[in-house]
Amino acid sequence: MRRNTFTIRTAEGISFTQQLAGPVTRFLAFSVDLAAVGVISQLLGELVMFTSIISPDAALAIRTISYFVVTIGYSIFFEWIWRGQTLGKRVLKIRVIDAEGYRLRPAQIVIRNLLRIVDTLPALYAVGGIACLFSKRSQRIGDLAANTIVVYVASEPIPNLELLFSGNYNSLRSHVHLAAELRKTITSEEARLALEAITRRAELDPNCRLELYRQLAEHLRLIVAFPEESLEGLTDEQYIRNIVDLIYRPSEEVRSKK
Amino acid sequence: MIVDLKYFIENERAIWEELDKTLTKFENEPRSRLTLENAQRLHYLYERTGAGLIKITTFAAEPNLVHSLETLLARAYAEVREGRSRKEKFSISVWLYQTFPQTFRKHLRFFIASLALTILGSLFGGAAVGFDPDAKAAIAPFPHLLEDPAARVKEEESNVNPALARSKGRFSAALMTNNTRVSILALALGTTWGIGTVILLFYNGVILGAIICDYVRAGQSVFLMGWLLPHGVIEIPAILIAGQAGLLLGQALIGWNSSENVTQRLRSITGSLVTLITGTSVLLVWAGLVEAFFSQYHEPVLPYSFKITFGLMELAALAFYLTAAGSRGGNVSGDKSSRL
Repeated sequence: MRRNTFTIRTAEGISFTQQLAGPVTRFLAFSVDLAAVGVISQLLGELVMFTSIISPDAALAIRTISYFVVTIGYSIFFEWIWRGQTLGKRVLKIRVIDAEGYRLRPAQIVIRNLLRIVDTLPALYAVGGIACLFSKRSQRIGDLAANTIVVYVASEPIPNLELLFSGNYNSLRSHVHLAAELRKTITSEEARLALEAITRRAELDPNCRLELYRQLAEHLRLIVAFPEESLEGLTDEQYIRNIVDLIYRPSEEVRSKK
Repeated sequence: MIVDLKYFIENERAIWEELDKTLTKFENEPRSRLTLENAQRLHYLYERTGAGLIKITTFAAEPNLVHSLETLLARAYAEVREGRSRKEKFSISVWLYQTFPQTFRKHLRFFIASLALTILGSLFGGAAVGFDPDAKAAIAPFPHLLEDPAARVKEEESNVNPALARSKGRFSAALMTNNTRVSILALALGTTWGIGTVILLFYNGVILGAIICDYVRAGQSVFLMGWLLPHGVIEIPAILIAGQAGLLLGQALIGWNSSENVTQRLRSITGSLVTLITGTSVLLVWAGLVEAFFSQYHEPVLPYSFKITFGLMELAALAFYLTAAGSRGGNVSGDKSSRL
């Protein structure tokens, strides 16, 4: 069964997940690389043909060899110097990594690229594509032999949560004892749900969002009952925001006690 | 307990950014070496970020933050946990005089298997043409091999200035690239548990046996040796070494007599595969040059005795190189396991 993610569990008990690149993305990256090989070969061919003034035979020999070297060596060279990326992989934001999460070794790069010859059989990357579809970690034959995988390069910046905690007036904050009760009673799953509901606001369909917020606010009201006057005029969304604010941003007094 | 997310991010951001900066520097300068202090600092940053990730996934949940920390840790893990030592600086002379011949000898039984398959194919090809001369049409890969050997020898010997004389460079380049492609295929077909490599080696043997039988039957043994030996004594062993690599790969996939799992077995031979296929390519460059610039000249331009002697000397030199070079030096063949 093919998976979309690849999880590494370290000796320290840390688990982290990376998203595996699927066959379609990889094929698109390969197409870009194919175009790049074509352009490089053409340019090199034109350049070499200048030497035909001295010896046409030598020029054709160099052209034959340089075309061969470019087609075989392009991916090896770029994956080596760009640590697992070619031009196509850069464009598609994917990268080759060791299947155990270690540093990619030059020998692995060479093997995975030399075995491409089998992956392209009988035509249009059929063997590689099928292997990729049926492999648990979307590996083509070359990846299996070299023990490599291709993942999305998720150079995610640290998210800015300032917008979440915008510093707006929170009418619930004045009820210090109820806020403390809320923090004590709410489970981490409920808190996580409330936080995700706010952070993923833009991803939700407006009607679904209203319904979700209604149900969630109703559930949260059962955990701790804040006085009616504090809830007056608060929409469900604002109520959830205030709850999240109380949970994840306790007052300065609570913080200093820690 | 639920994490004070804002306070947590404010406190940890500097650590994450420092780790990101260190890793970026590492990625941009792969050959850079860490001082002990820098290595300790990197390890601290890695563990602190790991602890942060555990905290954030256990006591809070902010998907984007979790995702960005996972990405950062994955990059750090590759650097911190890499158990395999960085190899010493690559030296062509060490590779040529030690690494390649040592690797060849280390996996000698796969070369012997490769040779046996080719000989078996040759016997089959020879027998096929010997019993049924018409079989040549089905076996010969090139049209010029279908000609009558005696007629071809007559034509070659009367042509003092061969047609290839003005395109020797091009011919040589075509030979090198084509043979290297076949060698890579012999290696790559090892992924079919070695079956593809076995078929390729056997088929190559069939063609070779058919040609030899055809020329011997026509009484053209001397021409054949003068034509094939100068380049064949390098080209054929080169293809056999590529086959050796393919069979080694096939054995690693099958895993006979090995307690390691397939990943460990493959990891342990990756270096050998690269060494063997690189050695093959080097030999094929030489074979291509000899075939284009030397083998195509026949008597009266070059006496057959000279060509045969040259070929036998090359074979002796190659055999000596592969069996004796680097036998006194340390083991630099580079693989962890010698069981395969």
